[in-house]
Amino acid sequence: MVSYDDVPISDSSSEFDMLLNMGPQHPSTHGVFRMLLKIDGEVVTHAEPHIGYLHRGSERLTEVEQYHQVVTLMDRLDYLSNFNNEWVYCRAVEKLIGVEIPERAEYIRVILGELNRIASHLLFIGTFGLDIGAMTPVMFAFRGRERIQGLFESVSGARMMHNYFHIGGLKEDLPENFSDNISQLILRLREDIEETDRLLSFNELFVSRTKGVGIISKDLAIDYGWTGPGLRACGVRYDVRKSEPYSVYDRFDFKIPTTLDGDCWDRYFVRVMEMYESLSIVEQALEQMPEGPVNVLGRRLVRPPKNDVYMKAENPRGEIGIYLISDGSDKPYRLKVRPPSFCNLSALKELITDSYVADAVVILGSLDIVLGEVDR
Amino acid sequence: MKGLDILILTATLFSVFTALSVAVLSLIWIERKLLGRLQRRLGPTRTGPFGLLQPVADGIKLIVKEDLVPSWADRIIFWTAPLLVIIPSFMIWVTIPISRNLVVENLDLGLFVIVALLVISILGLVLAGWGSANKYGALGSLRAAAQLVSYEVPLVLVVISVAVISGSMDLRVISAIQVPLDTAQPILDEARSNFSNFNHVGLPLIFIFPLGLVIFLLAGLAEVGRTPFDIYFAESEIVGGPFVEYSGAHWSVFFLAEYMNTFAVAALAGLLFLGGWYGPILPEWAWFLIKTYFFVVIIFWIRGTFPRLRIDQLMAFGWKVLMPLSLMAVITAAIYRFYEWPAWSLTLMSLSGLIVVGFAFYLKYTRPVLRLAKKYGHRPGGIRNVR
Repeated sequence: MVSYDDVPISDSSSEFDMLLNMGPQHPSTHGVFRMLLKIDGEVVTHAEPHIGYLHRGSERLTEVEQYHQVVTLMDRLDYLSNFNNEWVYCRAVEKLIGVEIPERAEYIRVILGELNRIASHLLFIGTFGLDIGAMTPVMFAFRGRERIQGLFESVSGARMMHNYFHIGGLKEDLPENFSDNISQLILRLREDIEETDRLLSFNELFVSRTKGVGIISKDLAIDYGWTGPGLRACGVRYDVRKSEPYSVYDRFDFKIPTTLDGDCWDRYFVRVMEMYESLSIVEQALEQMPEGPVNVLGRRLVRPPKNDVYMKAENPRGEIGIYLISDGSDKPYRLKVRPPSFCNLSALKELITDSYVADAVVILGSLDIVLGEVDR
Repeated sequence: MKGLDILILTATLFSVFTALSVAVLSLIWIERKLLGRLQRRLGPTRTGPFGLLQPVADGIKLIVKEDLVPSWADRIIFWTAPLLVIIPSFMIWVTIPISRNLVVENLDLGLFVIVALLVISILGLVLAGWGSANKYGALGSLRAAAQLVSYEVPLVLVVISVAVISGSMDLRVISAIQVPLDTAQPILDEARSNFSNFNHVGLPLIFIFPLGLVIFLLAGLAEVGRTPFDIYFAESEIVGGPFVEYSGAHWSVFFLAEYMNTFAVAALAGLLFLGGWYGPILPEWAWFLIKTYFFVVIIFWIRGTFPRLRIDQLMAFGWKVLMPLSLMAVITAAIYRFYEWPAWSLTLMSLSGLIVVGFAFYLKYTRPVLRLAKKYGHRPGGIRNVR
C-alpha cells in the first residue's frame, strides 16, 4: 500500500505543495488509474502514477484454460479492440501448430479488425473532447461507434466480447445480409467521422488547449517503448501492418499517417487520419474478399507441439505482442502479453511533471490507455 | 411600515420567487432540449409533452435524495455557503424591470446594486470549497475566486460605460433611453426629479456600442461559470470543484443559483443593449422574455460547441484582452458624452475596438489553427477530400 508519505519530494517542491490524489474514481482517469500529484498552485511538481486496480490475473488464467478458451480472455485485455486482441492470439497459436487459415477468413479478420480500430479511435476522440470540456463530439463519436457495434453484434452475436476469431479461422461465416449492412455502415460512418472531425479538430479552443501540450521527443518515445499513434505523432513512421505485413495487409494500398510535433493535438490527429485510412482498407478488403470456407480446424481440441512463439500486431493503441510457450499439452504453458497501453503509459510521469493540473488530464487522455490491458 | 405594505411586499417577493423558479425550470428544459438537438439526440421526451416536466422530475429527485455531509466538513460553513450563493442571485431580480412598470423596487442605483450583489456569490463559492474540506473543492474555490474577481473588473467597467452613455444607473431609465422618445418621455420625466443628465439615444445600445455587448457577454459568461469558462467546477479535472461534496437539495441550490445568474446576465444584456422591454405589437413583458431567452440560447449554444479554457489562458484573456478593451470602452463612452459627439462616432470607436480584439483573437487562436490546417491540407470546419 502506498501512502502519501512514500511520495518523494522533488527538488522543485516547496512547503506550499499540496498532495492531490487523482483516482481511481476520478472521471478522467479512463478507468481505475490513480495518480498522486504534488501540486504547487495549479502546477504539478511531482507525479506518482499507480496501476494495478484492474489486475485480474489474465496471464495466469491462460495457463489453466485450453487454447480455444483463452480467446475469451484476450477479449478482456483491451476491451475496446477485442477483435484485434483475438486476432493476434489466434495468429500466435496458428503459427505454433503451423496452419494456414483460409483467405476468406483473413479478409474477414482484416475487415473486423479495422472496423474495431475505427470504433476504438472514435471512443478516444469522444472522451478526449470530454476531457477538455467539449461535450458534443462524444455524442457524434458514439453514434458511429454504436453503428459499428451493431454490425459486430450481427456478425458475432456480441457487441464487445465477441469470441468470434477461432484458432484456424472464424467461428462461423458472415451473416447473409452482411454486405448490405456494411456498405450502409461505411457510408454513415464516414459522415460520423467527418462530423466529429469537423467539430473538434480545428476548433480554436481545442487547438489552443492541446497544441504544444505534453510534447514528447522522438528519442524519448522510442526509449519508453512507445508504439502506435503516440509514436507516429512524433514523426516515426512505424506501423507493424507496413513494416512487417501480417495477414493480407500487403495487398492493400494505405498510408501510415504521421505528424511531427509529438504533442497532444498530434496524437489526436494521427488517430483521426488513421480512421480514414482504416475505412479505405475496409473498402478494399470488401472488394477483394473471396468466397470459400472460413475455418480449417473446425472445433477440434488444439495441442500445439512443444515450442514458443512471439507474435505481434498493430492494435489501435500500438504494437501488441504475445509470447506463447507451449509444452505440448492442451493448455498454454505461459502466455505473456506486451501491452501497448502499458508502455505508452510509462512516460506519463515525465510528461505531466511541470504541467498544469488541467493539462495532466489532457495528457493522460491523449495517451489513450485501457486499464484492462495495462493491469491485465 | 404598515401591515398592508408588508403584506404586499411579501406577496411580491413570493411571486418573484415563483416566477424565477419557473424561469429556471424553463432554462433547464431549454438547455437539455437544445443540447440534445445540437448533439442529434432527442433530449428528454418521456416526462410530459416534449419532456416539459423533466426539470420538475429532476427537482423532485434532487430534493428526495439523501443530503450527505462529510464528517470532516466544517458544518456551519458547509451549510452557509449555498445560502450565500443563492440569496444574491435572488436579490438581483428585485431591481430588474420586466416591463416599464413591472419591477419590485426600482432603484436609482440599480446597476450598482446588481454588480455589488454579484460579488457576494464569490464568497459563497470559496466558503463551499473551504467548508467541505476537500482538496478538489479547495482548488475549485480558489479557481472561482481568481476567475470571478478578474472578470468582475471588465464587467463593472462595461456597466460603468453604459451608465456613462445613458447618464443613469436606473435600469428603467437605461432601457428608456434606447427606445423612441414618445415612449421614453414619461419614464424620463418621472426619473428626472432626481437627476437630469439623461442622454436619450433612441436606438438599442447594441447599434452604437457593440463593443460593450461583446465584453459584457464574455465577462458575463465567465461570471456565471458557463462554457468555455466553466473552469472552477470543471468536471473532467476537479470533478465539480466547490460542489464536489454537496448532494441532494444543497447541490440543487448551487444549481439553481447558477441558472438564475445565467438568466440574470441574459436579462441584463437585453436591458442594457437591446432596449429591454420595448418592442412592437407584443406586450412589454413578452419582449423582455424574448430578448432574454435569445441570449440564454446563445449561452447554451456556446456550451454545446466549445471546449473549456485552461486557467492560465483564462486569466491571460481576462487581464490582457478584456481588461484593456473595457478600459477603452469606458474612455470612448466618456469622450462621446463629454464632447457630445453624435452617436455614430461611438459606433465607429467601439467597432475599431472590436477589430482590435478580433485581430488579437486571430493572432492567438485562429492563426495557429489555419497553419495546422494548411500543414495537413485541410480546411478548418469544412468537409475535406478523403483520399
